This record gives sequence, C-alpha cells and structure tokens, in this order.
Amino acid sequence: MTDLPGYPSRRNFLKASAAGVALSGLAAQAKAQETTPPVPLEDYDRAYLTAAEWAFVMAATARLIPSDGDGPGAIETRVPVFIDLQLAGDYGTADDWYMEGPHDPDAEPARGWQTPLTPAEIYRQAIPVFDAWCEETHGATFAELDAERKDAALTSLQNGDVALDSEIRDFFTILLANTKEGYFADPQYGGNHEMQSWVYIGFPGARAAYRAWPERHNEKYPLGPVSISGERA
Amino acid sequence: MARQEKKKDVVIVGLGWTGSIAGIELAQEGLDIVALERGHDQNTVPNFEYPQQIDELKYGVRLKMMQKPSQQTVTVRRNGDETALPYRQLGSFLPGNGVGGAGTHWNGLNWRPQEVEMRLRSYVEETFGADIIPEGINLGDYPVSYDELEPFFTQFEKVAGISGYAGNLNGEIREGGNPFEGWRSEDFPMPPMPTTYDSSKFRDAATAMGYHPFPASAGIASTSYVNPYGMQMGPCNFCGFCERYGCYQYSKSSPQTSILGALKRYPNFEYRTESEVLRVELAEDGQTATGVTYWDEAAQEEVFQPADIVILSSYQLNNVHLMLLSGLGEAYDPLTGEGTLGKNYAYQMNGGISMFFRDEEFNPFVGHGANGICIDDFSISQNDFGAEGFIGGSYWRSGTFNGQPIRNMPLPAGTPSWGAGWKQAIGENYGHAMSIGSHGSHMAYANNHLDLDPTYTDRHGRPLMRMTFNWQDNDLKMNQFMKSKMEPLAASMNPDSMRSGFKGEGAEYDVRPYQTTHNTGGHIMSENAREGAVNRYCQSWKAHNVFAMGAGNFVQNTQYNPTGLVGGLAYHTVNAIRTQYLSNPRPLV
Repeated sequence: MTDLPGYPSRRNFLKASAAGVALSGLAAQAKAQETTPPVPLEDYDRAYLTAAEWAFVMAATARLIPSDGDGPGAIETRVPVFIDLQLAGDYGTADDWYMEGPHDPDAEPARGWQTPLTPAEIYRQAIPVFDAWCEETHGATFAELDAERKDAALTSLQNGDVALDSEIRDFFTILLANTKEGYFADPQYGGNHEMQSWVYIGFPGARAAYRAWPERHNEKYPLGPVSISGERA
Repeated sequence: MARQEKKKDVVIVGLGWTGSIAGIELAQEGLDIVALERGHDQNTVPNFEYPQQIDELKYGVRLKMMQKPSQQTVTVRRNGDETALPYRQLGSFLPGNGVGGAGTHWNGLNWRPQEVEMRLRSYVEETFGADIIPEGINLGDYPVSYDELEPFFTQFEKVAGISGYAGNLNGEIREGGNPFEGWRSEDFPMPPMPTTYDSSKFRDAATAMGYHPFPASAGIASTSYVNPYGMQMGPCNFCGFCERYGCYQYSKSSPQTSILGALKRYPNFEYRTESEVLRVELAEDGQTATGVTYWDEAAQEEVFQPADIVILSSYQLNNVHLMLLSGLGEAYDPLTGEGTLGKNYAYQMNGGISMFFRDEEFNPFVGHGANGICIDDFSISQNDFGAEGFIGGSYWRSGTFNGQPIRNMPLPAGTPSWGAGWKQAIGENYGHAMSIGSHGSHMAYANNHLDLDPTYTDRHGRPLMRMTFNWQDNDLKMNQFMKSKMEPLAASMNPDSMRSGFKGEGAEYDVRPYQTTHNTGGHIMSENAREGAVNRYCQSWKAHNVFAMGAGNFVQNTQYNPTGLVGGLAYHTVNAIRTQYLSNPRPLV
C-alpha cells in the first residue's frame, strides 16, 4: 500500500470497511498478473459486426469520442470491441424486452421503443443506409471521409437530416449511448481499456468503500480506480 | 388440468417488503403459509456480493435486477384517444424482480406522509374551499388517519432500520429535525447519516433563506443495528451503489436485510420462486377466494394453490393487473366514474437543478441512495393552494447518490452531446457539480387510470394491463412553482452555472427517461365499496379473504417516496388480520 501519501487514515479506513480485505486481495492479484497487451483493433476477431460494419463503428466512435485533446478517445479505450460484444449478447437481441407485435414504428418518440427491430438489427440495417447517404452527399462512405466531413455527417444523422425508415430512426441515439457505455463501463465488457476514462474523470470504479469520506468536504478523493477483476490504474 | 397443491392457511403473492411483513407477522400466529414469487431467489450472499455487484452497466443500465418486459409489462397511452403501445423497454419506471422485489433495489428514502395528506380533500375544503378543486381531479381522503397509522409507521421503521432525527417528537418541535413532519411517538431507530459537502452547502443556503433543513430519513444504517426480528445491519460505507443494486454489506433496509432471514426460520413458512401467479380463484358465489393459480416455471405447468387467505403483495401494477384479471371488482370507467379497479393511478412530479462549481470537489461516487439534507418548506401542509392555484407540494433534497458516470454526468447547458467539446466537458465537470431535487405530489385524475389492453397479451395469453396516463395542469403548476422558488436558492450559492429541469405547461408523458418507480393507486382504499377496491384494512370489498398490500392502496400519491406509507399500511393490515379477522373471518367494515 504505497499510493497513499498524505492520507494516513487510509489504512484504518480499509481495515474498518467490509471491502478492505477484498480490495487488498484484488490489488495483489492484479500486480501478479502483469497484463498482456490486448489484440490490436485491426486484428480483433469480431463476434457480431461484419468487416464493413466494423469499419463504420471504428470510424464513428472515433469521432463521437475523439482521441485528440485531454482524455482518452473511443479507440484507445476499445469502445468498438464493447459495441461488438454487446450486439452479440442479450442486449443486441433485446432478450429482456417485449417484442411482440403489432408494432407502430411511426409512433412519436416519447412512446418509447416501438420498432420491431432489435438493436443488433438496427446497426445491420442502418449502417448501409447511412453509408449510401454519405456517398451521395459527401462522395465516399463514412469511414473514408475526412474528420470534418465525418462530423458533419454525424450531425446530419443526429438531427434527423438523413432519411431513415422509422424502423431504424433511433440508430444515432443507440450508437451514441452504446459508445458512452463502452467508454465508462467496467473493462470486463471490452471497452474502457485500462480504465482510462475513469482515470480521466476521477471515478474510482469498483472501490465502493468510502466510510471516511462523506465529511471530508471539498477534498479531492486521491485514489485511482480499480476494476471488478482487480486491475488498478 | 392444473396440478393442485396441499391447502394452506395463507398464500402470499410476491415476496417483497409487504409479502415479507405479512409472512413473518402471520407466521407468528402459527398459520401454515406459502409465498409465491414470480422471480428468482436472491440474497445478500451470493447475489449482491462485492465486487460483482459494483457493475453500473449490468445493473444500472441493462437493469438485470428488474422485471423483464418480455415476461411482464404494460401498454401505455396518454389519453383515451391514443392507441396504447407496449412499454417494451424499461425506462420511466423499474418494477423489481425476484425475492425482495423493489425493496432490494430502492434508494432507501423512507418517509411518512404528512397528516394533512391522509385527509387531503377535507383539508382543502376546510382551508381553501371546495371551489378551488380543479375539474377532473379525484381528490380524496384516506379512510384511515395519520394518528391511527402512527404506531405502524414506527413499527415499520424499527424493522427496516431507519436513520434520521425526529423533528416532531410527540408534538414537541425539535431544532434540526423536520418541523413540518407528522408527530412521532419515538425518535428514529438510528441517528442520521453523516452530511456530504453538497448537502452542507444546500443546508447553509437554505438556512440563510429562512428555511428549515433537516437530514433525510434514510433506510440506510448509520450504526450497527439489530431490529425487532433479530436481524442485523452494519453501518453504510457510502459505496454509492444503492438504487438499482442490492446492498453488498447489509446496510440498506431491504426484505433480505430486515426480515427474510428471520422469516425463513419459521417451519410453518415456505416460499416457492419462479412461481408466477396468473389469477386469484373465486368461490362460486364470488364472495371469497379459494386460492390462486400460478405458473410453475420449472414444471412448465399451471398449479392451483388453495388457501383460506390470499395476500396480494406483488408490485402495484401487478396487483392491479391480477385483480382485474380475477374479477376482484369492476374496472373503473372514467366517463361514468363507475367501477373501482384501475381508478386513481398516480405517479410523481419531480424537477431539479444542477449547479456547476469548477473549483470545488464533490466526489459524487461517495454517497448513498437516501443521502442528503432536505427541506419541507414547500410541502403540502405549507403551500397556499388558494393563492398559488394548485393542490400539492414537494420536498427538496440535495445529496450525492448514484455518482456513476454512464448515467450521472450532468454538464452545463450548451455542452455538445459528443465530440471534442463533450470530452472536454466531462473532464472539467465530473466531480464538480451538485444538484437539488424537488420530489412532488401527484394527484389522482379521472383521465389517469388502468384497465386491460384490447390488443397485447403476455406469454400466458393474458391481456397486458393498459395504463392511460398524462401529466396534468395542476401538478405541472406545482412543479413550476417549485422552479420559481428553487432557482433563487440555487443562485444564492453562486455556482459558475446552473441548469434547471422542471416540466411545465403542455408537457406530455415520455416513457423513455427514468423518472421514478412510484406508481400508485389502482386498487385504492375507500370508505365504501362504490369508491374503491379495498377498505381501510386493505381488505377487498369483493372477497373478504383477499388483502391487497402496497402503493395500489394510495387514494392519491403523496409528495414523498411511497415505502414508508406502504410499510405502515402493511403493518396496519396484518394487525387487523391478527386481532380481528382470524378469530372471525368476515368483512371488517
């Protein structure tokens, strides 16, 4: 426990908390692991997305959370991997949702999810439509556009300026939501690689034991995050 | 032909807060009891263990503790002219699933209603005159008073293990407590929780404006505690994972933490999970129930469970649905006002302000679901309905909770939703914002009600329940009043910027964003069988051996989180069963 300069009560705090033992154990485990670098995104073995869809998701998430400026981007945090795995899983197939007909996909948005399609099906149907729109409007598929045009195209998609059938009209909404989920979720889901987004904003992840902290007012919490599997950053 | 199980004295439908209360109190009478639970079994260990529970994506976003719409849901329309559409994906409200029900994943905000909320129609008429009551509002009195319920609020608070500070102890107003609360016969079982930075800022600002701040009443243990059933709680460590999660360290009040361990030791009590009750069966004369029929998921067959007493203690929506499907009353018709089932469905009218302080540290992940300092200066008993033009009120609260970044990322107005500007903003603002919430009453209206959907069915072929619901002017006016009062207070704290979110005139119900799981009414309590589905003991007017627990009994919703009233009513009901009904089963009114 060397990461606690200036916080002598930290040791007592851990001792006093139910999670103390678990956290120390996890930390030791993570140290022993010495993580192997993950497979590069270009070599990633996709679970759901096709090659063309992967190229789109890589290109789109890289603009939704770009790599330049402060903080990590979607690519360094491996958000595309998260999206691929989510679409391959029970989120992608809407397993928990009521999907019986009749469907009224034209219902106004406030009525909620009314398309007959699952999230995975929406990605599959919407990406080619949007790519075709990009070709017609900007002269190339989305992934081939320069950054400025990519942003313009995404803005059009977000504002409803790209003609999409009602069944897929929520594509941008779920793409953006899934991108942020992959950025901030625990790394076990494939994104938030090395907890970079948590480090960036100052969220301690799965520490979940702050007994000494409610009354330490206006004082920044000093410890970096841990993940559910016991990684530290 | 359904399989038939051995007859029980009592069958309990749903093993959440009220099913657990009915189970343990009636088990003490020596009755032979079975509880049927639609969902899975779950307990602190292994289901809520650290670190697996600390998973925002799985529980906070993918909602893996909640009822799956594929299994059970409702349809929703905003008025009688719309075609109701299924609530396919959870959003606005999140009914629980499995043992413990919503009591496992709640925030722990435990309130009693104000005395005047229990007799709201009379209070309005006496104080402001009947002519201020808007058309279309079904304003009512509860058929039971605050004074009658007080011992049962106290009993529930001792069992649940509530932390707080009494502001009105037997009529004596105490500095630092809520001066506007109903009287308490005893102080809280535990002292209040510590105060986080945002709460302290709010407290100071409220005090400076002459308001009366007090610590929130929390179903969160501030100390070690042993409840009357011998169940033990440990002090909360502010892990921040309350709402949508099970508590990993026995600190949040829940059926698991407070009752179930003790209940399971009674040999005359058993419970069966994955057992979804499909309907209550009535005797041929329709005057009593003979038991319930349920779907046994493991055996894949229907089972008839005979019983002398049926306790409906599933979630409010499911209770109303079962009663509609079983003929435990007539469906309410908003045009004629006839019928009682589905009547007075109500919700909650909430708003709030986020404030941004670039140079201050709030550590939003340090918190708990019932954290905070509150004021009741704009509550129902304090507002001048005649002058302001609405009936209602709210409590305000400020305190960190749910500081997890997927769902909790307040950003200043004008921030882009993606791209470089968004990324910059999350780095600058996470941890540097606080909020104040207004949690407001919701009245009952002829237009907001529940019945059976004509089109959509569930996996058993039963019609889904249909919710007809929209925001109404009265409550929207209340909400705008709160905005007008809260903005000056927020501004007095000198934030770098602030952002208000209050629904206003013309707002229509949107099922997508989470609002609150405080769905109320539909089998309301009443003085007579014409006006409601159950009497003052939550006993069905139709079949006297059926008792319906929960927020479905609410005549209209209060300004508070419903659990305290739900718990008080549950103890009031089981007390009536124990002291009046068992010796002579009959209609108690």
